Amino acid sequence: MKVLVPIKRVIDYNVKVRVKSDNTDVDLANVKMAINPFCEIAVEEAVRLKEAGTATEIIAVSIGTKACQEQLRTALALGADRAIHIETELNLDALNIAKLLQKVVEEEQPQLVILGKQSIDSDNNQTGQMLAALTNMAQGTFASEVKFDGDKVNVTREVDGGLQTVALNLPAIVTTDLRLNEPRYASLPNIMKAKRKPLAVKTADDLGIDLSPRTTLLKVTPPAERQAGITVESIDELVEKLKNEAKVIS
Amino acid sequence: MSILVFAEHDNKNLKADTLKTVAAAQAIGGDIHLLVAGSNCQDVAQEASKVNGVTKVLVADNAAYEHQLAENVSLLVTELAGDYDHILATALTTGKNFMPRVAALLDVAQISDIIAVESSDTFVRPIYAGNAIATVQSLDSKKVITVRTTGFDSVATDGSAEIVTLDTITDAAISSHVSDEFTVSERPELGAANVIISGGRGMQNGDNFKLLEGIADKLGAGIGASRAAVDAGFVPNDMQVGQTGKIVAPDLYIAVGISGAIQHLAGMKDSKVIVAINKDPEAPIFQVADYGLVADLFEALPELEAKL
Repeated sequence: MKVLVPIKRVIDYNVKVRVKSDNTDVDLANVKMAINPFCEIAVEEAVRLKEAGTATEIIAVSIGTKACQEQLRTALALGADRAIHIETELNLDALNIAKLLQKVVEEEQPQLVILGKQSIDSDNNQTGQMLAALTNMAQGTFASEVKFDGDKVNVTREVDGGLQTVALNLPAIVTTDLRLNEPRYASLPNIMKAKRKPLAVKTADDLGIDLSPRTTLLKVTPPAERQAGITVESIDELVEKLKNEAKVIS
Repeated sequence: MSILVFAEHDNKNLKADTLKTVAAAQAIGGDIHLLVAGSNCQDVAQEASKVNGVTKVLVADNAAYEHQLAENVSLLVTELAGDYDHILATALTTGKNFMPRVAALLDVAQISDIIAVESSDTFVRPIYAGNAIATVQSLDSKKVITVRTTGFDSVATDGSAEIVTLDTITDAAISSHVSDEFTVSERPELGAANVIISGGRGMQNGDNFKLLEGIADKLGAGIGASRAAVDAGFVPNDMQVGQTGKIVAPDLYIAVGISGAIQHLAGMKDSKVIVAINKDPEAPIFQVADYGLVADLFEALPELEAKL
């Protein structure tokens, strides 16, 4: 079974985000970048499926500038067999990303596509679902468990109030939630090996999709700062303040 | 203009979050219709008809919608979409699941998690875990939007909308429901609670979360947790408050043994009053707290429970 894992290059989750002074966007100049954490969980899940003998080949794909080949090499070091880079300088909406991925799905015909549920930069939580709609596949979003059962896959999902398990016809789309697995670290020998694994480069323009933007980013501002309050010395003082000053308890 | 709002419900009750999504629809302005898609969901339809600002309730009552599978619901909403300029759903797990499918089927972008409406095509949404706020204009003719409920105040429920039964059945037949495993709790859901008390890594283990229960009982509070506490396996993920969990804005939020990582703050910093109890005076949580108490939580919690 072939597994496709789309991944995104994003700001490292440990880096404090700063808004540019002209309020056009956040400042990503000279900032440490990494694989989006949810995408890393997707790579790990694919690798585990291969280790379990369920998956036969893992293809990592990323869309963006040449720099995202760095994250594809990381995915190769973690266990992906080959990589596809779709090169573009454009900052694409999730719908256009999904349309490009649809082309990859048509060409590669994977039985399973695993993606992160959202990227920690744009926080859209859209790409997997959109790709599922465009390819008319079933989807198991926010997955905490993925189990194959004949020609179906059972996906346990993190939903409001608990867990929901759905059975999906294959091919299917899965998007990862935090508890699906704990990603491994790439070992040095695997990082060296990854340098020799195949990485195909295509340009987004060659895929024949209208990539005109669907949204305009008008401005980006820092969030309103919350004023720090006061330090209370005791529980008595806290309870008194909550009752008489904040009036939130009676 | 006309707006379709997807109602959140469990086939029995309308979720209160829907009232906030309707408020977002009112901010856009136009004729607002509420879609109730479910199975044996007539009670929900009755409740929905009372939501202020709604002129019509569309009811799609069929087994295909019982569990609101994204594959089926997205086809229904896409079919109805022709009549509407805006389609709104609450940014909870159901809306997040099916709405991007609707957007893709309509060939339009989705604007996720809006917290404010600037105009009928321009919306405000947090990005980078709430560390930046983006103002985004949609260039598409139809707007597909999910609404973060903390940005809007609930509308009242003394209206009387017309109820229209739909006979459309859209079953994609590519997925099915297997089982649900819902956490049974007498406490209010995090999204609906007026008071929330959350524990973090400082709680040390899952058993110690019992220390929060007595206080929660006295305050009628929901119990939450930080991602660190979830990752450490203390408590289940549905208790998680933060960018990767639930986004809440209760009247009172009590953070216990939570350091205040950016990702947690993104989920609770819109709370009206924030209390932090932490033994580390340098913990970043104190920078957003209205009332901070530097104390060992194992001493502070029993005392707090006793004095409430």
